[in-house]
Amino acid sequence: MIGTGRWSRVAFAVWAGLIILFLFFPIVIIMLYAFNPSNVQSWPLSGLSTRWFSSTWNNTEVRQALSLSLRAGLLATGIAMVIGTMAAFAVDRFRFFGRQAVSLVLILPIALPGIITGMALNSFISFNNLTFSLLTIVIGHATFCIVVVYNNVLARLRRTQSSLIEASMDLGADGWQTFRFVTLPMIATALVAGGLLAFALSFDEIVVTTFTAGAQNTLPIWIFAHIRNGQQLPQVNVVVLFVILVSLIPVALAQRLTRDTGALRSGARAPAAGAAPPAGPARAAGAGAIS
Amino acid sequence: MNAAARTHASAALYRRPWLRAALLLSAPSGWFVLIYLGALFLLFLSALWSVDAFSGKVVHSWTLANFETLIKVPAYRTIALRTIGIAAAVTVTDILLAVPFAFFAARIAPKRLQAALFVAVLIPLWSSYLVRVFAWRLILAKDGILNWFLGNIGLGSLNIGYSNWAMWIVFSYIWLPFMILPVWAAIERVPDSFLEASADLGAHGWRSFRLVLLPLILPGIVAGSIFTFSLTLGDFITPTLVGGAGSTFIGNVVYQEVGISNNVPFAAAFATVPLVVMGIYLLIARRLGAFEAL
Repeated sequence: MIGTGRWSRVAFAVWAGLIILFLFFPIVIIMLYAFNPSNVQSWPLSGLSTRWFSSTWNNTEVRQALSLSLRAGLLATGIAMVIGTMAAFAVDRFRFFGRQAVSLVLILPIALPGIITGMALNSFISFNNLTFSLLTIVIGHATFCIVVVYNNVLARLRRTQSSLIEASMDLGADGWQTFRFVTLPMIATALVAGGLLAFALSFDEIVVTTFTAGAQNTLPIWIFAHIRNGQQLPQVNVVVLFVILVSLIPVALAQRLTRDTGALRSGARAPAAGAAPPAGPARAAGAGAIS
Repeated sequence: MNAAARTHASAALYRRPWLRAALLLSAPSGWFVLIYLGALFLLFLSALWSVDAFSGKVVHSWTLANFETLIKVPAYRTIALRTIGIAAAVTVTDILLAVPFAFFAARIAPKRLQAALFVAVLIPLWSSYLVRVFAWRLILAKDGILNWFLGNIGLGSLNIGYSNWAMWIVFSYIWLPFMILPVWAAIERVPDSFLEASADLGAHGWRSFRLVLLPLILPGIVAGSIFTFSLTLGDFITPTLVGGAGSTFIGNVVYQEVGISNNVPFAAAFATVPLVVMGIYLLIARRLGAFEAL
């Protein structure tokens, strides 16, 4: 049988080790660069220091970009949580024309190549004569974040029993009370996990943002522009370290919250077969959740 | 609202499921139809428009001129073929890297190691895409860690930063987790007895793999390839950061046409290329059963 001989097991193990090394090597390296004391980006580093941290923190451009990223991320996440939950309830509780298409449509913004989603939103903005602002960024981010919340909440709803709702109604609770005291606690962790993933997605996003931000800088856009022009690279390195940490913390929390449903496995093992042609950017990972 | 009115409203809603469904669907469908699908439709409609050379305004009269330019100008053909070629190379590379890894993770590693490996694949997947591309830019640079390492072991230096080779490496790296996860899931699902039977019947190693395992996990591989292929096709960040003079992708042209030249019709026309390629690819993938493997 394959992989039962001792040597073949060793060979497979070595291969797996090399792949893990390959996956983590760049991440470790880029984190080290944040501590590079020199402003020349060459290897080996001449030492380790935190001298760029304070100047980065005091950089107004960085601060503005960070603030824009946080505001856009929070607003987009808020919208995505409301709309994604509504769509998940509709699909789980009702049968209606076009129900099968909902998942497909919601996943489109991240299944299509980012430039297409970006251009579509860009033409929406110019067609309606909107000016580029926080609002346009939020519209863009919310559009691709909705599916993350939707998939997480839907996965949870599929695992809960509607008899609990009926029991609540039988015991005299009205619709609002049932939602507040029965339904919401059932979906709470999935909803929060979806929100966290949506935020992580939004905080990192660059392709769609370049088409919806105009001249404003979110943190990823600031990083991209400075890498391209080779400006302030020591500070870029520090910001990059920060971005890695900020995008991983929500993901780790979300993983804890949905350990049972495995919200993160998603992209790989999306649910309800065939509902959507799966493809999708890094973000797609959070798109599906298995129930 | 007082309690009685609330109960009344609640009961009224309860008796009318269609109303509840309509209320729930109003926001999601409103958002997607108005903002996204409408815009998408408009975008591809605009591929059939043109831009007035003098005023820079979009002219709303039907023309195939954009597509003609795409076919006739050799530079665009080269760019399209380069994009598709590299996407294909990346896909093949990721399959070769992922299959043995996934086999180890799914069938050889003990349970606890499996869990650790799973997290180890997820972390890169979820850490910032831009940051990982930037990391490779530093690694592959002339005075980066790659050349430092090669120099130390006496192999001289390799100038692959800012080239198609760099793009191939970086894309393969970035999308690798997307290939590993579905392949892993597919290998996990193959019953032990199938491989045992194959071994009992005298097929060892390579033969078992080729004749038994591979056909069974093919849907998983195709599922992963949808990600690696599509994501590479639509990218412009990686070519900008680690590509060189001859590394322009479809995405770069589209980005420039929208952002700098303001020629949305032409950008839309070029963007249909990855869309059509992906459409064909998805049709083939469906025939191979990839959708069930997702």
